[in-house]
Amino acid sequence: MGSRAKLTLVDALLAEQEARACAVLTLRWLERHAGVKRAVFTLVDHESGRLAGLTGMGVALAAVDAFNIDLADRTHPLVVTLSGGEPVAFHDSTSLRRSFETPLGSSPFHAVPLGSGKEREEAGLGLLLLTGLEDGPVSEDVLWAADLLGVRLASIWFHRIQIDERRHKRERSWLFSIINAVTDPILLTDADGRILVANTGAETLLTAGEEKREGWRRAVALNNMLFSASLFTNAAERGPTRRELLLVDPSEGRDLLFEVLSTPVTIRLGESGVVSVLRNVTDLRRATEEIEENYRRLRVAEAATRAERDRLDLILNSVQDPILVTDPAGNIMRMNPPAERMFTFAAGKRDARDIRDIEVERRVRANDAVFTSFVSSLYAGQARRWRRKLSLTDPQSGSTVPVEAISGKVVSKQGEETAVVTILHDLSEAEEKARLYEQVKRHSEELKERVREATAELAEQNELLRRQAFQLEQASAMKSQFLANVSHELRTPLNAIMGYTHLMLEGVSGELTGPQQDKLGRIDGNARHLLAVINDLLDISRIESGKMPVQMECVRLPELIDEVMTEVEPVIAGTRLDVSRELSPGLPEIVTDRQKVKQIVLNLLSNALKFTPQGSVAIRLQHDGEAEEISIAVTDTGIGIAEENQTTIFEAFQQANSSYARRQGGTGLGLTICRRLAHLLDGRISLVSRLGEGSTFTLFLPCKSRTA
Amino acid sequence: MSPAEAPAPLVLVVDDVDHGREIFAEYLEFRGFRVATAADGLEALEKAFELRPDVILMDLSLPGIDGWEATRRLKQDDRTRHIPIIALTAHALASAHDKAREVGCNSVVTKPCLPKDLEHEVRRQLEAKTNEGSDAHP
Repeated sequence: MGSRAKLTLVDALLAEQEARACAVLTLRWLERHAGVKRAVFTLVDHESGRLAGLTGMGVALAAVDAFNIDLADRTHPLVVTLSGGEPVAFHDSTSLRRSFETPLGSSPFHAVPLGSGKEREEAGLGLLLLTGLEDGPVSEDVLWAADLLGVRLASIWFHRIQIDERRHKRERSWLFSIINAVTDPILLTDADGRILVANTGAETLLTAGEEKREGWRRAVALNNMLFSASLFTNAAERGPTRRELLLVDPSEGRDLLFEVLSTPVTIRLGESGVVSVLRNVTDLRRATEEIEENYRRLRVAEAATRAERDRLDLILNSVQDPILVTDPAGNIMRMNPPAERMFTFAAGKRDARDIRDIEVERRVRANDAVFTSFVSSLYAGQARRWRRKLSLTDPQSGSTVPVEAISGKVVSKQGEETAVVTILHDLSEAEEKARLYEQVKRHSEELKERVREATAELAEQNELLRRQAFQLEQASAMKSQFLANVSHELRTPLNAIMGYTHLMLEGVSGELTGPQQDKLGRIDGNARHLLAVINDLLDISRIESGKMPVQMECVRLPELIDEVMTEVEPVIAGTRLDVSRELSPGLPEIVTDRQKVKQIVLNLLSNALKFTPQGSVAIRLQHDGEAEEISIAVTDTGIGIAEENQTTIFEAFQQANSSYARRQGGTGLGLTICRRLAHLLDGRISLVSRLGEGSTFTLFLPCKSRTA
Repeated sequence: MSPAEAPAPLVLVVDDVDHGREIFAEYLEFRGFRVATAADGLEALEKAFELRPDVILMDLSLPGIDGWEATRRLKQDDRTRHIPIIALTAHALASAHDKAREVGCNSVVTKPCLPKDLEHEVRRQLEAKTNEGSDAHP
């Protein structure tokens, strides 16, 4: 074999880039130069793990295409040949321990591994199945051609693999760029849940280097657990699954909610994995919750607003005064029933309207005009509140209704005037009241004036009386003082008269003759009488001026009578009178001035003794429970008092029988004082007498109880 | 000292009216008292401090220092506070009597007053004073 022929094949193969074409060139060359009749070219397909027919010569191409052997079938003679690396001759397939079919049919053939030792050792490139070769060892040319083809194919493949790898690398980096560009974490996990591929987003959540702080790493560990657990819950699913997963943000520690879309994929032959895309829905969830919350609030606010409006309606409708709400254009937006009576009329039934309806409508329009004019003046002004008297007409009765319109602008927060609220307050009653009030006030003023005049007059009279009273008081005081002075001035000389008289009677100035003694006795008697008169006058003066002191105390009258009797004992002894006393049983104690009662009784008894020349004198004490009085009666059988003198006897210096009385040493003031003292004690003195037969003087005293 | 040698009680009679003084002074001397007299309040005070009488008869209406004032001073002075003072007055109203007791008079006698009644009152006061003194110095 010339080297020229070999060079031709080398050139041809180098010019060819495609495995099938190289195989065809090689088979043609073997046909021409090595006597090969038919041939099948097989190549190892690593992808499928099979030895597959690629092309052939002198055989049906369809059979070639269909021909393939599983490389895993280690006992297959061809697989054994391929791994053996040496050509093997198959003469009779039936003679073999195991028979197999080839596109060459039953013809004996040689199986020649492709490539030099190096390529063969690696994995085995493929086999050339050739017929037409002589028995015995395969010729050098055939081996050389199979070697060359193997080298060439290996070169082509290596080149192609290099290109592929570069492309793969590029595409891989693109893919990673793409999945990393996706902010959502994307992961590919194998059946055991191990992470095969993870983009940046996923790495942040699920991987942590040693340099990360403790908290971060713990969060990542937790995330891994959570994620794995979620993977296995859905492992049974065949198709893509969607679920929610709560993870922790390792950098901030806050919860992140993800929606995980998992799709099962085949990683490689017979091995499945899962691609998981995690969509962060934390914000979405939060937003959703917020929207729900806002919606709920809106509902609540809406309900509150509705309730508020209902309440407002209720309030408006319950107000007796008309209330109107108008918009800035002056149109009435709302009104309560009282306002409706003034500003609306029954529309419709235009044909049936009578004169009255027309009248009502006219009045309503008039009211409306008045009101509109008022409201527009309010809008024109700056004031927020407005108050003015308006004159409206009752549409039904036609009577004039004076009202006070009070308006307030409703201003929005933006300062926009949105409405005007007006209340119309009926002034009819108030005006009537004011008129009546005026009338009452006028009458009252008149009355006041009259009272003032009367009061002035009264004050004048009072002043006059006061002055008179003052003058009287002064006069009385002067009189009392005068009497006191008179008493003092009379007593001093009287003291001298009585003193000297006594000095002489006592014999201080020597012995006296009988007639001298008699005359001095007369002087003494008259001086004593004068003193008695002075004392009585002083008593009367005191009683009259109200200066007689009264000392009320509990008095037992029997004891008092005893004392009086003792005092007059010397007088009684000097008479032949039968003096007796009678006390009715059960006499109560009375509250009175003991000294004054004693003075009265003593006086009455002294009088009785004085004016009774013969006979008897009796004292009787009686208690009249019904009249609540106690009476002390002094009865004598004396000279008696003529009827005409019975009244005057109590007046000063009016003794019934002056000459007789003087002889008896009376002052003529005794009974006067007695009667006045009795009055001072709320009592009285009565007299029953008959001239020549005797008299009965009775002192009546009120029977006051101890506590009174 | 035996009772026989004891001097008679000294009575100071104070009155601006000559006959008033004379009647009581003469009668009391007649009845065995020693008597001194004063015609006004000032003299009464001087005599009282000088003589230390056993009893003073004090007229109330006096020129200058009146009887009430004189009594008040005597009753405030340690030398004379123990001397009984009998007020002697022509005032019949209770107010004059009350006022006399307020300033320290031991008793009040209204004029006109019989000399023997006055003597009786003097003796009463002396007796009371003696009893008091014997109580104080048994």
